[in-house]
Amino acid sequence: MKLKTGKRKVNRTAAGNVAVFLFLLLFGVFFLLPIVYAIATAFKPLNEIFIFPPRLIVKHPTTQNFLKLSQVLRDYFVPFSRYFFNSLFITVLGTVGHIILAGMAAYPMAKHRFYGQKMLNRLIVTALLFSSSVTYISQYIVLSATQMIDTYLAVILPALQTTLGLYLMMNFMKGLPDAMLEAARIDGAGEFYIFWHIVMPNVKPAWLTLMIFQVQALWNSSGGGFLYSEELKTLPSVLATIAAGGNVRAGVTAAASLVMMLPPIFLFVLLQSRVIETMSTSGMKD
Amino acid sequence: MKFPKKRQESEKLSAWEQIRRSKQSYLLIAPFMILFFFLTVIPMVASVGLSFTSFNMMQKPILVGWENYQRMLLDDPVFFKVLKNTLLFAFLTGPISYLLSFVFAWLINETGRTLRTILTLIFYMPVLAGNIYFVWSFLLSGDEYGIINAFLIRLTLISEPIGFLTDQNYMLMALMVVQLWLSLGTGFLAFVAGFQGMDVTLAEAGAIDGIRNRWQELRYITLPGMSHQLRFSAVMQISSSFGVGAVIISLVGYPTSQYSADTLVTYIMDVGTTRFEMGYACTIAVFLFALMIATNSLISAILKRYSTE
Repeated sequence: MKLKTGKRKVNRTAAGNVAVFLFLLLFGVFFLLPIVYAIATAFKPLNEIFIFPPRLIVKHPTTQNFLKLSQVLRDYFVPFSRYFFNSLFITVLGTVGHIILAGMAAYPMAKHRFYGQKMLNRLIVTALLFSSSVTYISQYIVLSATQMIDTYLAVILPALQTTLGLYLMMNFMKGLPDAMLEAARIDGAGEFYIFWHIVMPNVKPAWLTLMIFQVQALWNSSGGGFLYSEELKTLPSVLATIAAGGNVRAGVTAAASLVMMLPPIFLFVLLQSRVIETMSTSGMKD
Repeated sequence: MKFPKKRQESEKLSAWEQIRRSKQSYLLIAPFMILFFFLTVIPMVASVGLSFTSFNMMQKPILVGWENYQRMLLDDPVFFKVLKNTLLFAFLTGPISYLLSFVFAWLINETGRTLRTILTLIFYMPVLAGNIYFVWSFLLSGDEYGIINAFLIRLTLISEPIGFLTDQNYMLMALMVVQLWLSLGTGFLAFVAGFQGMDVTLAEAGAIDGIRNRWQELRYITLPGMSHQLRFSAVMQISSSFGVGAVIISLVGYPTSQYSADTLVTYIMDVGTTRFEMGYACTIAVFLFALMIATNSLISAILKRYSTE
């Protein structure tokens, strides 16, 4: 028997392929439909939103919802640019900071041997096992005891220490060849130099993945109950107030969320193969 | 600086000498670890301590012994209501979502490169799009303008619109569907990656050894090679399905009427940040923590047995 190597897979029947295709089509529609509906609603004129029976797809697309969105935002007593700045500031600082801190910590954890390493490793894996909702109250107490509630730090600092990022980074770095690091050491490079100039450029897929996870979490964060002042609030909390307007505001709400969801989706489309490459090292051994 | 790399070499040195030699390692991990201790480890330990106190943030905590635990298990009907909801999410949507993640990743891998990229994006999109789940409040709207109600009425399956997000009989079910819709997250990506990383030659070797269809290939070749991914995804799945909260708050309110759709997560927020009973909130948090750790050990024991067979 001669086997073809490369693209064609063995053990496949045509009927099976059709079944697979139909199954994926069915669920693909279920997953895509709400988003299609949101996009369609964003372009619906008011009379189509109140049409009965309701229609999924828009008949006469219009940009009036987007114009109305900018009007609604102009009437806010805190300028819209402020919310935008808040979201951007939290996202950029939280993402860049997390990548650098997680990378710095991941390098010795993956490639060095030192006292207390096993204990730290166990702590990190344990922290993966429970969601942050468990520490919500005590985190609130710690942040308010240090007077950080209702400041940018209350959102940025917890995001910096996400253990999933450290874990993924660590696993990815374990795949780096030791010889490469050893060669740099022989040339007299310090560990910080090696980290920044050799390790980080070689784990680009890992930090691009962390970037997507962080951007997605922070860009969509409404402050997690740690921000009260209107001038510190972020875009998702504006979205929530607009959405509270109900059916009359349906078109504007859809327009706003369409604008909101573009950046993370754009990043993922651009970087999908890097994410998959990183996730292939995510496996848990014990 | 000489770096202690080989085991034999480092074991000869005293503990202090080892620490001194690893100075650069400690400096590198310090910033992350300081934040991690400050915002995860200490809060977790403090929760356990505070769960034995009465604490309202204004006065100092007062030690009350097991009182909070007694109250939780004996005198708080709301606790059992939200516990039931949490378990429903965890043991119904959790496994379904885990299974779907695996099946989708497997089938996606059967398609070509372009289609695979598009399908991965589609299934991951709800997570990626963040706040977009508000659109379900229009889809599930309780009047005939709600798309799903209108559809069901047209099919004459129902005559009156159903209040999916207001009727206590339907609320949880509706929320579970939404939760399923946005649950193909990190675990799903890990599966997609796991299938793509599979060695094609293994499947070819399997074909020679008598594996005849894709089911057998999955059972005897792919699954044993995926055990680490199975474990990682399970961990991700458990922490997300025990942590359902934001969706509930934005679709049916906070707290929901008579706590009919609340989970432990939203109840903790309610007890802590609305009623400022921090001690009691910590007690429930400790309980949730124990529940998640216990589930994790159980699942990992099952996966270990299954994958080593």
